[in-house]
Formats: sequence, structure tokens, C-alpha cells
Amino acid sequence: MAVKLKEMLKVPEILSSGHRMCAGCAAPTIIKLVGMALRGPTVICNATGCLEVATTIYPYTAWKVPWIHVAFENVAAVASGVVEAFNVLREKGRSRYEHVDVIAIGGDGGTFDIGFGALSGALERGHDFVYLVYDNGAYQNTGIQRSGATLPGQETTTSWAGKVEPGKRERKKPLAEIVAAHRIPYVATVSPYYWRDFIQKFRKALEVEGPAFIHAFSPCPRGWRSDTSKSIELSKLAVETGIHPLYEVIDGKEYIMSGPSKRLKELKPLDEYLKLQGQFKHLFTPQWEDFRKQVQEQIIEDWHLLRKKCGLE
Amino acid sequence: MPKSPYSVPVVGSTGKTGSWRTFDPVIDYDSCSRCRTCWLYCPEASIDLEEDGTPHIDYDYCKGCGICAQVCPKKCIEMVRTTERTGAK
Repeated sequence: MAVKLKEMLKVPEILSSGHRMCAGCAAPTIIKLVGMALRGPTVICNATGCLEVATTIYPYTAWKVPWIHVAFENVAAVASGVVEAFNVLREKGRSRYEHVDVIAIGGDGGTFDIGFGALSGALERGHDFVYLVYDNGAYQNTGIQRSGATLPGQETTTSWAGKVEPGKRERKKPLAEIVAAHRIPYVATVSPYYWRDFIQKFRKALEVEGPAFIHAFSPCPRGWRSDTSKSIELSKLAVETGIHPLYEVIDGKEYIMSGPSKRLKELKPLDEYLKLQGQFKHLFTPQWEDFRKQVQEQIIEDWHLLRKKCGLE
Repeated sequence: MPKSPYSVPVVGSTGKTGSWRTFDPVIDYDSCSRCRTCWLYCPEASIDLEEDGTPHIDYDYCKGCGICAQVCPKKCIEMVRTTERTGAK
């Protein structure tokens, strides 16, 4: 699919102005890019999270596409139900449409932790839907609690940083690879800065037969204590520093590094990314100097492992 | 409140958000190259484009996050205090 800015102009946004997402949040930009990748009638299932809470304050809605809200843990199960309902209607000749795309959207808490069982089940059953996770690194909506997607060294309200602890100590869950291990047809990681890459990957995810999974990186100025204007820059730096490398996995076997990550000669130092955020402030004190270096080594190690999987080393 | 229990998803169905702002983006149209980058990244969808790509900011909904000023390749969007732009106190 060739992506031209001029043609995308004609596509109306699916999320209208006036929604209550925080100023500078990247999630509405992600939804905007999703809207540009759509190819026909679409139903969106939304798990509880920032995006759901802030865009649909009862009885109002900002969504211009059919939209269903479900509980925190079962968005993948509901999406598979919607897919099957349309299949039954089509068989009975009661559906107006040849095909309806179903997209499930969850935050990182609802996907990495709470909704993981439902997601794994839906992938195993093989329904034809796309799961989009917008990953902002913590449960930002309920007050910035630590989640499976929180980076090591990140300070949250359940992993405080101070004299005893440097924030969260554990690694981030490698969700895209766990999902790819289900041997589903298509898994990809995206970042809103690389919009062309984003739209192409999302369209590809809609086009494959069977489940597809998209892992989007979404900076959160409120939780990360970063400047609201830096969200897009942070989503670029995350790719360049190797925190969120861009790649695709086909059928759970074939790893392909995407253009923006492939073009990197070497990773930028992690400090460039950390310095823009208040939540990593403590890592620059002499006490946690070693921990910061440890995190940097971890990221470089993961980067080389990924390059090996992609056949680049 | 709408009369029916369901609202129609139109622009501003959940209310205006322009009052969230402390800094307003102001575009210098002389140096703007009509590249549409600001429109692409605006999370509020509050930048409208003309046919030739000239951007216009909808101050009813802009939350003043400053992403447009940051991503502008020509750096021709400036963040100005709301009171300075409107002249209100």
C-alpha cells in the first residue's frame, strides 16, 4: 500500500476533536494513524484504560466508528465474539457487508497483565482480528502504577525511587515476542513518529487472514513527567535508543527488521531518552549510576539478540 | 445533555477543550512550507487544512500541548501566552 499524505487528507479522522485525553498524549495520534489505515467497515472494541475513559464520558462519545467498551480483562474475548457474530450473520445472509474489520484496543496494563489470558486465548482460537496495544509504560489512568510494560529504572507510584530502590528493577515483558510465539500470521511493533511505517504495518495487519498484533509505543507526558511537546520526539528516540525497536514477525518464525531500525548504524546512548523524563531523574544521581549502566547494557544485549533473529548479524 | 440516551459522535460532542491552554500555537504563514507535518501529529485533530495544505488551528479544541511547534521542520509555529494572543486579562 503506497502511502501519500495528499490522499490521506481525504480520510476523515475516527476520533473527533474535543475528547478529554491529556494535552500531549500520543494515543490520539496513534488512533488517528489507525484511522488512515482502515479499508472499510470497522468495529472497535476498547478495553478499559485512558483511551476509553477519556473519549467516552457517558453519555457522550468522540468515536466516529462503531465502538464497544468492555471490562479491563476481556477485550480480546469480546473482539473474537464480534468477529464470530458477523460470520454467523453473513452465513445467514443478514449482513450488509462482505467483510467487517474488527480491532481490539488495549493499554499496556490491560494487555501485558490483566487481559493477557483473554488475548492468548483469542490468538490460540485464531479469530480474524487485529489487536492494538498502546504502551505507555504503566497504569497511567488509575494513577501511574507499575505494569508489566514498565521499564527498569522507571519510577511509578508502586515502585518508588529513593535511597533503597531505583524504581522498578525487573525487565520489561517482551510481549511482541510472546505473542509471536503463538505462531499467529502477523506481529509488528510501531511508533507514531514513523507514520508511514505505522500505516503500512497496520494495513498489512488488517489484510492478513487470522489474528494480528500491533505493539505501539505511546509517550505519556503526565506519567513520565516529560514536556507535553516532546511526545513525538520521545517516540522517535525510543526507536533510536533501542528501547522500542521496530520489527515484524511473520507466522511467528520470520523476524524482519523494519526500515527505521534497520537504518540505524548504532544505537544512541540511552541517556538521551532518559534525560527528557522526570521519572528517570533519580538514575542520574551517583548512587544509581551503576544501575543506569546495567539498563543500558541490557538494552544493547537485547538489540543484538533481535538483530541475530532478523539475520542481520 | 442530549435528549436521547446516546450522543452523536460529532466534533466537540464531549465539550470544548480550548480552555485547557496556557500557550497558543501561532503559525507564521510566510515561512510555512505547507508540509502538513503539524496536521499529521496533532493529537487533537484541531488543525484543519485547506486544499493546498495551509494549516489553520482550531482554538476551540487546541489544548496547547506544543507538539505542532516541536515537529515543525521550518520551526515557524511559535507558542505564545494565551493572554498575549487574545489581549484578554
